[in-house]
Amino acid sequence: MKPVATTRSASGTPTGRLAVWWVIASEIVIFGGLLGSYIMHRLGHPEFGDYASHTNTWIGAFNTLVLLTSSLTAVLAHQAAENKDGEKAFQLLMCTIGGALTFVMVKSVEWTIEITSGFTITTNAFWSFYYTAAGLHALHVIAGAIIMAFVAVDARQGKELQRVELVGIYWHFVDVVWIFLFPLLYIAK
Amino acid sequence: MADSSFKPDRASEEGAEQGADSQPGASVPESGPTRAQAEPAPAHEPEESPHEPDAHEPDEHGGHGGHGGHGEHPQSFFMKYLWSTDHKMIAMQYLFTGMAMALIGAFMVYVFRMQLAFPGMSVPGFGTVSPAEYNALVTNHGAIMIFWVAMPVLIAAFGNYLIPLMCGCDDMVFPRINRLSYQIFLLSSVVLICSFFVEGGGFGGAWTAYPPLSANPQYSLTPLGATLWVIAVALEFVAFLLGGINFITTAMNSRAPGMKMYDIPIVVWMIVVASILFMASVGPLVAGAVMLVFDQTVGTGFFDPKRGGDPILWQHLFWFFGHPEVYVVLLPAVGITGEIMTVFARKKLFAYPVVLYTVFATGILSFFVWAHHQFIAGIDPRMANIFTVTTVLISVPIAEMMFVYIATLWGGSIRLTTPMLWALSFVGEFLVGGVTGIFLGASGTDIYFHDTYFVLAHFHYTFVPIAIIGTFAAVTFWFPKMFGRMMDERLGKIHFWGTIIPFNMIFIPLFVLGAAGDHRRIWSYENFPELARPELQDLRVLATISMLVMLSFQLVFFYNFIKSLMSGPKAGRNPWQANTLEWTAPSPPPHGNFATLPTVYRGPYEYSVPGRDKDYWPQDAPS
Repeated sequence: MKPVATTRSASGTPTGRLAVWWVIASEIVIFGGLLGSYIMHRLGHPEFGDYASHTNTWIGAFNTLVLLTSSLTAVLAHQAAENKDGEKAFQLLMCTIGGALTFVMVKSVEWTIEITSGFTITTNAFWSFYYTAAGLHALHVIAGAIIMAFVAVDARQGKELQRVELVGIYWHFVDVVWIFLFPLLYIAK
Repeated sequence: MADSSFKPDRASEEGAEQGADSQPGASVPESGPTRAQAEPAPAHEPEESPHEPDAHEPDEHGGHGGHGGHGEHPQSFFMKYLWSTDHKMIAMQYLFTGMAMALIGAFMVYVFRMQLAFPGMSVPGFGTVSPAEYNALVTNHGAIMIFWVAMPVLIAAFGNYLIPLMCGCDDMVFPRINRLSYQIFLLSSVVLICSFFVEGGGFGGAWTAYPPLSANPQYSLTPLGATLWVIAVALEFVAFLLGGINFITTAMNSRAPGMKMYDIPIVVWMIVVASILFMASVGPLVAGAVMLVFDQTVGTGFFDPKRGGDPILWQHLFWFFGHPEVYVVLLPAVGITGEIMTVFARKKLFAYPVVLYTVFATGILSFFVWAHHQFIAGIDPRMANIFTVTTVLISVPIAEMMFVYIATLWGGSIRLTTPMLWALSFVGEFLVGGVTGIFLGASGTDIYFHDTYFVLAHFHYTFVPIAIIGTFAAVTFWFPKMFGRMMDERLGKIHFWGTIIPFNMIFIPLFVLGAAGDHRRIWSYENFPELARPELQDLRVLATISMLVMLSFQLVFFYNFIKSLMSGPKAGRNPWQANTLEWTAPSPPPHGNFATLPTVYRGPYEYSVPGRDKDYWPQDAPS
């Protein structure tokens, strides 16, 4: 049973939404620190551009498309949840999870190609940042998909439908992080 | 002016009666409907209404609070003490874990101070101290005292305990995340303690963990210890991120009906701002910790200039967190002091909104001072100038806070109880820490003082008031609420003077030693003829003996704590005749905290209001 504290809303914003935004605030500074460090290195090391030329922009672009599409289904799931249609929200969230799985599988193939070509995390500072930043992001994708599975199962039974929106906000954040990673690691050559 | 004849025992009886009177559900019928309008019909509403009029003897009624269901049926030891989601139990877990870690940190300081005063001696309880052991001891002393004592006790324990009670709600908004936060914290403590016993010993690269010393096992010689240390610190960060989200959201959303921004007790504000500062500053260091662990274990070169990395990057990431961290632990202590001073000066907090704006100014400025730790790390001198200016600027809001507290005392009827003594000493001792900081914030003098005992004495004059004095102030003040019994005032005062006098005797000599050139992190000064002179060695011995005296006086505290817990006089609801909402709950508060959740009618510091017969005016008493 929830305490009274959880049901109050002195600020006018529902507690869950407020908390998700604070989670995202703390995540922004984590990725901000990492990407800030990368950008500082990038500015000081023009040769990073040469290393980056070995990344596969087309695979990256495909994954960008996959993530953006999965965000769309997350928004549609939110709309369904607003209309109290738990079954539809469940289906749409499953599409988003499908996008997450596609993203991770494409990423695995991509990394396998790169590692077998000799570009490992210890090759140089660029590849260290590449694997660390993309790996940290991929962990967020996997974690988001797992959380979404729980939310989707609940939503199907009509329970805690407000959580569809919350996990959607988080998913957009994961998406936006990738929008920063893709140009920094793939396009800037 | 000072009414030192004030007897808490007498007050506790009055407080108990008054506390029962001021319950809105008991004496004022209209407060019930007010609350019912504001609350969207909580599920357990019916169980709240049979209010017990004799609830001011709360101990026997432990489970009878507002919460239908939870508290009523007996819980197993495991569920009650180890798996609880109750914010008060989690606060206790944090408090006692923090105290246990403080004992470990104190043992470390005992060992390495003995080595410094009497080089090469066999320290009783430890044996001779090798240079590697010395490094591991100072490193982990620093890390433990900041990450495993100051933060869990000041923010997590008192944040958990006070925020729901002071905001007039029954628990944190996310009780299970709260439990998870403590469990991750406990795990981080276990990982840290394990790191002392792995092959190669505990990490010895200083609590700042600068690479390449921390990144390369060939330099640090602690391949496992260093990695476990970084992992423990990172886990601790995760625990406090989870806790911080709870604190902020609870204070934002779960306040009692009628509690406006300026009605929130200042300590709640302080803990919330501290949590926001922590959340906004720790991210880069989390990323840095991942990079450092990869450098240590996978073999990346983030901090290795030979391979395109940069060791100064770590210093930026560390101090971008490390300096706001000072304010993360300072602000809760300042808030605690504010609560205590208003209660025992029987006066309204001077300029409440100014304090609040000052806190925000401090918080924002604290993100722009970090490079003053790096003046000799090879940063651009033009950048050093900028950071000198910001560093000197941040002393303005902090000084303002101190002046506000002194102004609060002006014209008050001051009661010199033990918590008040701690609060007053906080202001006095912290001022010394702040004033000596100016020499370190100015880049010119810092070049000389950098990494000397002057720096060490300076930040101990800030962190001891924060972590030690602040904690004792809070524990002695809220002990009656937490455990339902009063602490012994005489023992409390013996403990106070036995801590404060030796504390100054430890660190004033260290200022002198630092100015004389004593470098930090030196295992034995016998290898430095110009520093091994007897007049300097005598000061080191004086500091060590004072430390032994200070530590031995802590036994008085533990004796007082346990004795009062067992057989102290019953406290009643409101032994200090204070206004804030936690004093309207039974002592100790049952699960669910309040028999009827309170409604707030005024600010938290309405003491000695003219025209009222009582000199305090609880926040929940209708006018």
